[in-house]
Amino acid sequence: MPDYAWPQAEHRTLIGKRIGRVDSPAKVSGQAKYTYDVHRPGMLYGKVLRSPYAHARIVSVDTSAAEKMSGVKAVQIVQGPGATIHWEGDEIVAVAAVDEPTAEDAVRAIKVEYQQLPHLVSDAEPPSGVGEGQGPLSMDDIDDMLDNQVPSQQMVSQIQQYGITEKPSEETLKGLKSDGATDAVLDAIRAATVHPGAGGQPKSNYQKAAAQTLGDPDKAFAEAEVVSEGVYGIPVITHCCLESHGSISEWTDADHLLTHISTQNVSGIPGQMAEPLKIPASNIRVHQDHIGGGFGSKFSPDRWGIFTAQISKKADGKPVRVMLEREAELKVAGARPSAFARVKVGAKKDGTVVAWQSESWGTGGPGGGGMPPIPYVFNVPNQRKEHTAIRNNIGPARAWRAPNHPQAAVLTMCALDDLAAKLNMDPVEFFGKNLDIAKPRGDVYGEELGIAADLMGWKQKWHPRSQKQHGLVRGVGVSFHTWGGRGHSSDCDLTIHPDGSVELKMGSQDLGTGTRTCILIVAADTLGLPIEAIQLQIGDTMYPPSGGSGGSTTIGGVSSSTRRAAVDARDALFAQVAPALNAQPDQLECVKGRVAVKGDSSRSLSWKEACSKLGAMPLTIRGKNPDKSKPPDLTSSGVGGVQMAEVEVDTETGIVKVRKMVAVQDCGLVIDLKTAESQCLGALIMGISYALFEEKVMDPSTGRMLNADMEFYRLAGLSDIPELVVKMMTGKGYDERGVIGLGEPPVISPGAAISNAVANAIGVRVPFLPLTPDRVLAALGQKAGA
Amino acid sequence: MSDDDPNVKDRDLKPDNSGVSRRDFLRISGISITLPLVANPTVVMAAGQEVAIHGPGKVPMEFSINGKKVKADLEPRVTLLDALRDHFELTGAKRVCDRGECGACTVLLEGKPAYSCSVLAIEAQGKTVTTVESLMQGGKLHPVQQAFVDNDASQCGFCTPGFVVACKALLDRHPHPTSDDIRHGLSGNLCRCGTYDGIRKAVAQVAQKGA
Repeated sequence: MPDYAWPQAEHRTLIGKRIGRVDSPAKVSGQAKYTYDVHRPGMLYGKVLRSPYAHARIVSVDTSAAEKMSGVKAVQIVQGPGATIHWEGDEIVAVAAVDEPTAEDAVRAIKVEYQQLPHLVSDAEPPSGVGEGQGPLSMDDIDDMLDNQVPSQQMVSQIQQYGITEKPSEETLKGLKSDGATDAVLDAIRAATVHPGAGGQPKSNYQKAAAQTLGDPDKAFAEAEVVSEGVYGIPVITHCCLESHGSISEWTDADHLLTHISTQNVSGIPGQMAEPLKIPASNIRVHQDHIGGGFGSKFSPDRWGIFTAQISKKADGKPVRVMLEREAELKVAGARPSAFARVKVGAKKDGTVVAWQSESWGTGGPGGGGMPPIPYVFNVPNQRKEHTAIRNNIGPARAWRAPNHPQAAVLTMCALDDLAAKLNMDPVEFFGKNLDIAKPRGDVYGEELGIAADLMGWKQKWHPRSQKQHGLVRGVGVSFHTWGGRGHSSDCDLTIHPDGSVELKMGSQDLGTGTRTCILIVAADTLGLPIEAIQLQIGDTMYPPSGGSGGSTTIGGVSSSTRRAAVDARDALFAQVAPALNAQPDQLECVKGRVAVKGDSSRSLSWKEACSKLGAMPLTIRGKNPDKSKPPDLTSSGVGGVQMAEVEVDTETGIVKVRKMVAVQDCGLVIDLKTAESQCLGALIMGISYALFEEKVMDPSTGRMLNADMEFYRLAGLSDIPELVVKMMTGKGYDERGVIGLGEPPVISPGAAISNAVANAIGVRVPFLPLTPDRVLAALGQKAGA
Repeated sequence: MSDDDPNVKDRDLKPDNSGVSRRDFLRISGISITLPLVANPTVVMAAGQEVAIHGPGKVPMEFSINGKKVKADLEPRVTLLDALRDHFELTGAKRVCDRGECGACTVLLEGKPAYSCSVLAIEAQGKTVTTVESLMQGGKLHPVQQAFVDNDASQCGFCTPGFVVACKALLDRHPHPTSDDIRHGLSGNLCRCGTYDGIRKAVAQVAQKGA
């Protein structure tokens, strides 16, 4: 059995080193081509008429004037009379024209009559007395959920929990499938309990789940020596990918589609387009070289990806480009659910946390949403938790880097930090004392906490919460986080040609995380070649399928499949070369561009000479992950990280400046230290951005997003970024766990760490992110008034 | 629905040269449809001055981009960014916010950084336009570009070309920038992945080594 295990540290030539990103030169020179840059011959430009209302029924649509306009090639009604609109910006009509100005003119010429319906865009605390649960779901409800892009898993659990009002016909199920229902959802409907005649009552905006209890919280609170209560929260924010969502689609013949699409999920797109386009998935080719950001919002072709293909068909198959305008991107292309909670925590005098109680709420838009995993990291032994999901008209939620974890970190770490303050304890000491309930990673956290404290200079900087009310004040805060990150399924083909050239093909994508670089590092390290000796092709459905890049699963998947392919290819080459070196195949090794007999460097061939022994035909090997037939498992899951922030707050203006941040992170075996550190640096910066600036602001009276541009939807700029220190945990105790993903973990803690630092600086909690000057001044005012 | 018909045909056309309100603007410009589609501008009197009216419809334009003279027939409302991307295949400058907030479309206009999304193509005529594509010379990266590579200053890379151009302009003006110079020079560009740390190090590297 070949040895697929990761090489020991002393045998790694590239793995774990600081290797430059291979696609940097293309990116810095403007040569890297993104979906938005694709310009196909004869390409038409698509524009979309969007609903100005957050909740409305479409009464009529008149496209006649647009259709008559010169230069307009196709008009497609996306949602026609009778359809219900659930958020502002939802798509009504799409137009394809010879150029953008013409398409814009055509959109302006379309007349739509709406019947406005009452909307809710608030996610304020639900009124008291909201009842638990809701009635069974009608087929219309389920269709609405599909329309609202409620995640499949969530739909299944709601169908199981509430049942359905009628047994659907196979025809109905078929209809649901073409509307995007997954097989899991259809199976859940088939298996659901039927409650006939129970439908019809209006659905509440508030869905309260049954309380969850662990241990004996009442007893634990009664016995607790110190109890702290507070309210905490983190608002809805957007993904704000710099490359907006969209695609360029064309029909290469009557039933074959070529689509360039900005996606995190190249291999998974055809399967999602086949049913609505009524062609086999095998007839759909997807291509993408580079993607300008996804962050969890680009796994599906989206409704606009489907109608782009449909409108192209109407326009005789000509390429049609629909890329979302910035305003639409911020309104409809995804948002992170909010989470708020009233939290009560109790501890013994020595700091041991014994009890947790939370009433939480939040919105994921029309789909409602679930409770974040609270209490987070620290498994408090006695708990009572209630959660109310708010269904409203702010637009659909999507996975946003580490779904639900930044929310959980804020709700938990801020409540625990307030408890530490009430105990008059240094948070480092307090959290350190509770690491035995941070299983199974208590030891990792302990080591990381010590390192983070040293890198921050915590001992010199921490002080009991400030009583000072004027001028500039400083403080420090800490937070902990965790994430899974096992490798996804991934196939690749590695080919060694008789002339020595090597190519690797994989239907994966590089989100800017360094995926290309890491694949090449693994292949080159295994074959003893420099990175430049291998040609890598990704981003196309012509290549073997590899999973979507979500949940920090890409690096584990692509590195494992690449390693297995490269080991098998290397061993197959050894079998061909061994006779020429008068050795057995298992005596050979690949080192520094040569195939050599181990321990006898005089018996070796150059890589090129060795490959010439393959004869006329190239050698192609398929590598897979997972692959139980080729152990060991090269990836695993479960990481821990500790972050610290130092802030300075101007108590006159309420302006918060972050002065320094420290991230200490493990992710098993690091493939490329340089891009791993960049992931953490980027996550800290993204974290500063959502901690201080970002919020999707909705207007309660019009139901519209008020800040759907990049001036008022503020991202952190270069001058907002302080000294950043990143320490990757590597070596013994970490490397042997295999490769684990890193995309999500480091973005989880910044909000909580910064909020805790601000509380330390000003002596009072600012309850909700973002920590804007008005909120800081309000908290200071309340403290002064108290 | 044909490509070639001037799309102004259906509009209400009443020659009226007495003033230039926004509505009149459209009417006046309609005159040009009696001429070939691509025509010289109509001249009207406005506030006592002669004002050239271009469009609607396409008008011939000539540009100097990356040292080359290029021509295109474009509508007057087309931005320099869209002209570069859709007509000259120069897609380094990115369309992100399309309203002068993020800097991803930064180019040099007469050597100074400009948001190409906020400049009409017609206004860029007669000015030198320099895009990120021209910075690489003879297959060699510009020192600013090399510094971005060395300091891993790009992730998804969508903001990168705009930042590279903004950094070049900053360093041309301030070869040894203070932190205030950097703050001012790069305050007009935004990144989502969080590459500012690398960008700051890249600027420091060039400032130390020289461009």
